[in-house]
Amino acid sequence: MIPGAFDYHAPGTLSEAVTLLRQHAGDAKLLAGGQSLIPAMRFRLAMPPVLIDLNQIEGLEYVREDNGHLAIGAMTRESALEESGLVQSRFHLLADAARVIADPVVRNRATVGGNIAHADPANDHPAVMLAYGAEVIALGPNGTRAIAIDNFFVDLFENALAEDEILTEIRIPTPGANSGGAYVKMERKVGDYAISGVAVQLTMNGDTCTSARIGLTNVSPTPMRAKQAEQLLVGQVVTDERLEAVGAAAAAECDPSPDLRGSAEYKRDVTRVLTKRAIRQAVERATS
Amino acid sequence: MSQHKITVTVNGQAVTQEVESRLLLVHFIRENLDLTGTHIGCDTTSCGACTISLNGRTVKSCTVFAVQANGGEIETIEGVAQGGQLHPLQEGFWEKHGLQCGYCTPGMIMSAKHLLAHNPDPSEMEIRQAISGNLCRCTGYNKIVEAIQYAAAKLNQPTPEEVPA
Repeated sequence: MIPGAFDYHAPGTLSEAVTLLRQHAGDAKLLAGGQSLIPAMRFRLAMPPVLIDLNQIEGLEYVREDNGHLAIGAMTRESALEESGLVQSRFHLLADAARVIADPVVRNRATVGGNIAHADPANDHPAVMLAYGAEVIALGPNGTRAIAIDNFFVDLFENALAEDEILTEIRIPTPGANSGGAYVKMERKVGDYAISGVAVQLTMNGDTCTSARIGLTNVSPTPMRAKQAEQLLVGQVVTDERLEAVGAAAAAECDPSPDLRGSAEYKRDVTRVLTKRAIRQAVERATS
Repeated sequence: MSQHKITVTVNGQAVTQEVESRLLLVHFIRENLDLTGTHIGCDTTSCGACTISLNGRTVKSCTVFAVQANGGEIETIEGVAQGGQLHPLQEGFWEKHGLQCGYCTPGMIMSAKHLLAHNPDPSEMEIRQAISGNLCRCTGYNKIVEAIQYAAAKLNQPTPEEVPA
């Protein structure tokens, strides 16, 4: 299948990219790893008249610790997360997700920024970043601004970036003492989107959970937090009964669509079970 | 529509061509360069039959535009054998019956080569994970895993000069 024709630009700097984006406002799409966009173009689900390729811009691929947060350059390949000692040793939720995004060949090309900016609730990073309470840095004609992840996902495939803004960095707060996280995904096969996925980041004080954020993958039209489940968890001793109630709350508040991966009822139940599993794993990591 | 002049090093040889921006890298490789060892299986970024190495990393060449490879280095299955000698991976697929129809084989070998370059002594699980982006509908994967194990063992053998007398 051959995509529709388009004009191609490969700027060498971010400021050139912003200028091009402004010139072609409404017509241009940014090309990051292209692992969602190019398939969509082959099917002609997307037919952007102009593509602005970010792959020639240097300095957007990095994973480093900066002032109390993990900074990830927008063009960082997913495979770089798997290879980062920092991510593997201290950001377990992110490390869990990095292993199950698409497949290993796709992860060599796919980018963290693209996965988030695409604002697809079926992608894995949105739930992960919601659970971390991350921040997205956007560059536009008037400079940069930080967008809290809770405000970033506006609707299906719609994010909070202005037409002339580029996502340049993701910032994840470094987890404090007694914190742990986990991502649990159920997929039919490697490379498929999740039937459901649950991202949890929490802090423990002894047996009591003192803070928690829970993000859900592919069970709602917009990437979402399971806030009712969070409320039932925070301030509580994490017992089996408590976990059951928290899982049931997540199942009740999500809004999955039936498709070839299962009925809505099935996906809710998978979400209930995965929520319990992810919390158990996160608690174990927080307390060990 | 836009046309772009690109120069790409393919299996060690520089080629310069004019391409349309929408030309997929796999079509450039197969149709413009006539290197048909790289296959097109699914057209949905699923099957990995079109896996090649671009700048040292495997990618699905159906999911990259040819214009994006400008200035880059590509290795395809045609570049794997050296000096008329099969690569240990190719030999492994032959010896261990790592293929039936052979459609997935070029992509499998490119993924396996990438694995062994980064992890010369992988466990069975690591091999299975490394080829999880490449689908085989014939073999059930066991013979492919054995073929890759064969190649790893052969590549890890000391060369004759290293063997103490």
